[in-house]
Amino acid sequence: MGNQFELRLSGSGGQGLILAGIILAEAAINSGLNAIQTQSYGPEARGGASKAEVIISDAEIDFPKVQDLNLFLALTQDACDKYIKGINPNGIVVVDDSITLPADLKAGKIYSLPIISTATDKLGKGIVANIVAIGVLTELIDVLTREQVEGAVLARVPKGTIDLNRSALIEGYALVNN
Amino acid sequence: MSKRIVKLMQGNEACVAGALAAGMKFFAGYPITPSTEIAEGSAEKLPEVGGKFIQMEDEIAGIAAAIGGSIAGFKSMTATSGPGFSLKQENIGYAALAEIPLVIVNVMRGGPSTGLPTSPGQGDVMQAMWGTHGDHPVIAISPQSVTEMYYETVRAFNLAEKYRTPVILMPDEVVGHMRERIEIPNADELEIFDRLKPVEGEDYIPYGVREGDLVPRMAGFGEGYRYHITGLFHDDMGFPTNSTVKAGVKINRLMAKITDNLEDLISYDEYLMDDAEIMIVAYGSTARTAKNAINKLRAEGIKVGMLRPITIWPYPVEATLARAKQVNKVLVVEHNLGQLMLEVERVVKSEAELHFLGRADGDVFVPSDIVKKVKEVL
Repeated sequence: MGNQFELRLSGSGGQGLILAGIILAEAAINSGLNAIQTQSYGPEARGGASKAEVIISDAEIDFPKVQDLNLFLALTQDACDKYIKGINPNGIVVVDDSITLPADLKAGKIYSLPIISTATDKLGKGIVANIVAIGVLTELIDVLTREQVEGAVLARVPKGTIDLNRSALIEGYALVNN
Repeated sequence: MSKRIVKLMQGNEACVAGALAAGMKFFAGYPITPSTEIAEGSAEKLPEVGGKFIQMEDEIAGIAAAIGGSIAGFKSMTATSGPGFSLKQENIGYAALAEIPLVIVNVMRGGPSTGLPTSPGQGDVMQAMWGTHGDHPVIAISPQSVTEMYYETVRAFNLAEKYRTPVILMPDEVVGHMRERIEIPNADELEIFDRLKPVEGEDYIPYGVREGDLVPRMAGFGEGYRYHITGLFHDDMGFPTNSTVKAGVKINRLMAKITDNLEDLISYDEYLMDDAEIMIVAYGSTARTAKNAINKLRAEGIKVGMLRPITIWPYPVEATLARAKQVNKVLVVEHNLGQLMLEVERVVKSEAELHFLGRADGDVFVPSDIVKKVKEVL
């Protein structure tokens, strides 16, 4: 087994976290790495906690689900409570700043960032919170570059929303770097 | 040779891509999680190749229309999950007896009944064999990856056409929904089999087998031949018969499609079996979990390997028996409470000690579950 980086993206069904997982996996594949994306969600079309998992590796990936969680993202309290378990003590936790983290959480780095309010207030479209989150994660995942991620985002979003999505990415980068 | 396209693809998407590469021209079905993307993809792509998609009123009509499409001369597929697979059973038997080539995809979720719609399972393995009544030939295939979804869909179509029988492709939800890297082969890299048509100028005997052929030649309805198709036992002209002689000949010929062609039908994979003292038998996504566990166990010096049936029906009896004689212990791991285990038990008998690890609660095994179980049975 080579170098493997394992992520879990979670939120409420309809927030686009599965799409975010697909985009990150696509960015990895396009840059010559191996990647696998899986998901779990409830029977509802909207609502309910949903998660997407992505494994990025320079070698074959057999077990397709996360075993050693290197990066955890949550956009809702419910998803955070349900899916944060298993974070590596040196791993990275990224949550929306509306979320209260467990008091005994052990992680390498913790980022509590205004992801949802950046989308709703600054960009005027709550629907791009997932893309803001992708911007954040791009800055935290060493093996992915902004160019690869931007390419993967723009290939997946509807035409006519390209400027909005590009802005969302840039806001995401800025949340980490400020 | 042009360069292969490398991309991230979902298992269900790869099934559609494989079906189109195999020559699918008709899809009829009723969408159901976790197979819906197969219907969606077929609806989107079939018109681009001059094919047709139809969403029927329910799962029974879905397979019935797919049978009709195949009779009309077009390679046809339907896709479903457990509840729909139950509804399709009657027509699976019809297709088997009337010898209609057809691919049925059953992306397995947690059952019984409507069960756990979005959760994985492997609980339909025995249903694939015995779900429709009466003795009948069964070919069922369980892919473990997106790449295998592509290639095994192509193989499912080829086998359906070659043997004139329904072929069941049964990935679990994990394989259907996961996305991973795939290299799409070029069209000239694939071997595609098309059903044999009647020989022009010869009298057409719709259910008579010409010398040297495996199965009767199949005229498409609308191609100028008139003949009768029924789910009753029938004579060579396709008309119903109660003759025990004719029925005996017929059922024996249908079953011989499988028993005389095991080498062509069976596909399996082995991992680190040559020096193994313990053999894991697993298939579908569970086999990937087992492979990860085997690597962990090997790192501790435990000699464990895996036999992975890709064709689950007919089951790879000879390969399993040969390895059972070599190893001390066999551990079957599956995402149900013991189904293919029964077949392994039948094959292994007293050649090795048999153990089982299963669950049917909608969650998947993690590699450490299998590591723990192997250490328990050591």
